[in-house]
Amino acid sequence: MTTLLDDGIATSNATLRRYLHGLPGVDQVGAEGRAAMLATRSIKAASKERAIDLAISMVDLTTLEGMDTPGKVRALCAKALRPDPTDPTTPHVAAVCVYGDMAAIARDAVGDIVHVAAVATAFPSGRASLAVKLADTRDAVANGADEIDMVIDRGAFLAGRYLDVFDEIVAVKEACGTAHLKVIFETGELRTYDNVRRASFLAMLAGADFIKTSTGKVSPAATLPVTLVMLEAVRDWHRQTGQRIGVKPAGGIRTSKDAIRYLVMVNEVCGVAWLTPDLFRFGASTLLNDLLLQRQRMRTGHYSGPDYVTID
Amino acid sequence: MTFDYAPAPESRAVVDIAPHYGLFIDGDFVESIDGTTFKTINPATEEVLTEVTEAGAADVERAVKAARTAYKQTWSKMPGRERAKYLYRIARIIQERSRELAVLETLDNGKPIRESRDVDIPLVAAHFFYHAGWADKIAYAGYGDKPYGVAGQISPWNFPLLMLAWKVAPALACGNTVVLKPAETTPLTALAFADICRQADLPPGVVNILTGAGQTGRLIVESPGIDKVAFTGSTEVGRQIQRAVAGTRKGLTLELGGKAANIVFDDAPIDEAIEGIVNGIFFNQGHVCCAGSRLLVQESVQDEVLDALKRRLATLRLGDPMDKNTDIGAINSPEQRARIDDLVKSGEGEGADRWSAPCALPDRGWWYPPTVFTGVTQAHRIAREEIFGPVLSVLTFRTPDEAVEKANNTPFGLSAGIWTDKGSRILWMASRLRAGVIWANTFNRFDPASPFGGYKESGFGREGGRQGLAAYVKQEVV
Repeated sequence: MTTLLDDGIATSNATLRRYLHGLPGVDQVGAEGRAAMLATRSIKAASKERAIDLAISMVDLTTLEGMDTPGKVRALCAKALRPDPTDPTTPHVAAVCVYGDMAAIARDAVGDIVHVAAVATAFPSGRASLAVKLADTRDAVANGADEIDMVIDRGAFLAGRYLDVFDEIVAVKEACGTAHLKVIFETGELRTYDNVRRASFLAMLAGADFIKTSTGKVSPAATLPVTLVMLEAVRDWHRQTGQRIGVKPAGGIRTSKDAIRYLVMVNEVCGVAWLTPDLFRFGASTLLNDLLLQRQRMRTGHYSGPDYVTID
Repeated sequence: MTFDYAPAPESRAVVDIAPHYGLFIDGDFVESIDGTTFKTINPATEEVLTEVTEAGAADVERAVKAARTAYKQTWSKMPGRERAKYLYRIARIIQERSRELAVLETLDNGKPIRESRDVDIPLVAAHFFYHAGWADKIAYAGYGDKPYGVAGQISPWNFPLLMLAWKVAPALACGNTVVLKPAETTPLTALAFADICRQADLPPGVVNILTGAGQTGRLIVESPGIDKVAFTGSTEVGRQIQRAVAGTRKGLTLELGGKAANIVFDDAPIDEAIEGIVNGIFFNQGHVCCAGSRLLVQESVQDEVLDALKRRLATLRLGDPMDKNTDIGAINSPEQRARIDDLVKSGEGEGADRWSAPCALPDRGWWYPPTVFTGVTQAHRIAREEIFGPVLSVLTFRTPDEAVEKANNTPFGLSAGIWTDKGSRILWMASRLRAGVIWANTFNRFDPASPFGGYKESGFGREGGRQGLAAYVKQEVV
C-alpha cells in the first residue's frame, strides 16, 4: 500500500531511524501557539448544532475499568445506540470501546449498528511478550471486535528501537485480520512533539488505520497541540501516499467546547474530508453527556441538568 | 460534509462613539481655536464613525504650553514612585476597558477583532505595567535620569493604541509630559486613552492628544516648545522630520519602514515556519513595519514550503473584522489600497509570478487578498520597497552566507526571522544580520521588556526594554 515510502525504510533499525529523524522537527512554542489560536474560533448557532451532532457521531464510548461487568457494558451499549432516549433524532455514537473479554457482550448488544472497539496488546502498559499481545488481539477479534486499539511499546520507542515497535505493529495488524487497527502512542509518556510526529509516521508506515493519543490512564492524555501534530502528520501522509489515516484523541476531553475545538482543528488542518467518524474519533466517556446537554439546550433554548441525561 | 462557521460578531454595544470630538488639552476635551474638522471612517464598511478635530497652530501652541506647565509644576517634581502609581492605574483601567478598546480599534482601523483583543490591547496594558515598574528606577537604567521636558509624539495607524503606549508609557515613566498626535485615519483609541487619563486622575497637561493630519504633525515637530520628537511612520515623513529637527536642541527618535527577511532553512520546523510566514506578513493585513515581507527560503525546500504556504493561505478567513473568526481584515484606507495595488502591478510588470489566495472580497470597504510573488529577484521593486500590505515576495538562497547577504541587501534594517532547528546557526546568523529585532523560530512577537527599533533607513532609537528609556532621558555628561 505504501509503495512510494515503504521502499527500504523499514529494512533495518538504522534506515528507519534515519527516516524518522529526517522528518521536519516540531517547534514546541509554535505548535502550542497555533493550537491556542485555533481554540479562539467561535462556533455559534447552526454551525454549533452541526458540530455537536458530528461530535456525538464520533464518540468511542468507553469503559475500561477493572470493575467492568456484563451489565455495565450492556448499559453502555444501550447508551451508545440511543444516547438521548427523549430525542430519537440524536445520532448514535461511532463505537463502544471495551476490554477484549467484553467484546462479545458488546457485539451482542449493539449488533452491527455501532462498531465494537477492544483494547488489546496488554493495554494500557503494553508490557507483555509479543505472543501474549497477539493472542490478546486475536481473542478480541474472535469475540466480535471490529476495531482493535493497541498500545505501542513506549520503552522500545524511547530507547530508539524503532524497528521493534514497527514489527510489533505489523504483527498486530496481521492478527487483526479485517478489524481496523488504532495505534495508541501514550503521548504523555513520549513527552516531546518530535516524538509524537515520529511515532505517527512509524505507525502509518506499519499499517495503522488510526493513530490515537492516549490510553486515558496516563496524564496528560489528549491535548490540542499533540492532536495538532498528529493531524499534520496524517495530512502530510495523505499528500505523500494518497491514503487517509484517522486520528483519535482520547482522555481528558470532557466538554462540548473542548470537542468543538478539536473539530475546528481537524477542519482547518486536514480539511472537511476528515470530518467523519471514519477518520476522526473522540475516546471519551463523560464527554457524551455534555454534548447531549448542549444539544438539548440548543433544541429547547434552556439548560436542563445532569438528571436529564442518562448515566451509563 | 462542510463545516462553515456561522457569523460570530463581537458586539458594538460596548462602545459609545460621540458624534464629534474636540482636542484633549490640559486635562479636558476642548474645542479647537483655529482648526477644522474631518471624518474618521470604518474601512470595512466605509461608514463614517465620527467627526474629529484637525488641530491648528493655536491649538498646538496651547497644548505645548499646557504640557510645559504640567512638566514644570507637577510631573518633573513628582517622585518616580508617584508617577508609577499613575502608570499602574492607567494600565489597570486599560485592562478593565479592554473590550471597549478592542472594538474601537477594530472599527477604526479594520484589523480583525481577534488581533485587537488578543494582541494589541493586552500588549498596551503590558507596556504601561512594564514602564510603571521603571518609573522609580530610571537612574539605574544607565542613561541618567533627566527627562527632556515636553515630548512631541506622532503615532501611526497600523497599531494605533499600541504605538501610543510605546511612546507615552516610557515618556511618562521618565518624567516627560506629552503632546501626541494619532494618525488621522485612526484617532478613536487615542481619544479613548485621553478619557482614561482623566479617569486615572492624571494631572492636567501631562498628556495632551491633538488629532489631525500631516500639517498638525508638522506644527508639533516645529513647535519651539517641544524638547523631544518621537515618530513612527513612513521613511519619507521621517526624513522631513529629521530635516526639521536638525540644528535644534530637540532630541529625536524615528521608527520607520522595513523590508524584513524571513529566512527559512531546510532543517526548519516546516509547519511552524509556515505559521511564522503567515504571521509575519499577513498579521494585521501586512500593515506592520517589521513585517516579514521577504521570504528567503532555502532552494532545497522551496517547493515544499511554497505548496504548504499556499494551502495554508487558502484557509485564511478574510472578511468582517468584527467577526471573531476573521483572520484578515480591511485595508486601512483607499490610499493604502492603491499603493499596494501599484506595487503589486509593478511586480507583475517586472516579471514576478503572482498568486493570490482564492477568497471573496466584500463589496464595501477596502480589501486585498493575501498575495504571494514567486520568482522575485533582489532588483524587483517588490523586493526593495515597503508594500505595507498582505503581499509576500519569495526569494531563494543556497547557503547561509547567501541568506545573510540577501537579507542585508536592503536600505532598511528593522527586523529579521530565522527558521532552523540548529541553535548554533541561529546565533551565527543573528550576529551577521543587520536588523534591530531578530526572531528565531517565531515572528512578530512583542514584549515590553524587549527593545524594538531599526538600523539604516528603518530609523534610530529603541522603544521598549531598558534601552527604550534612553529615548526619554537627556544623556548629558556632567
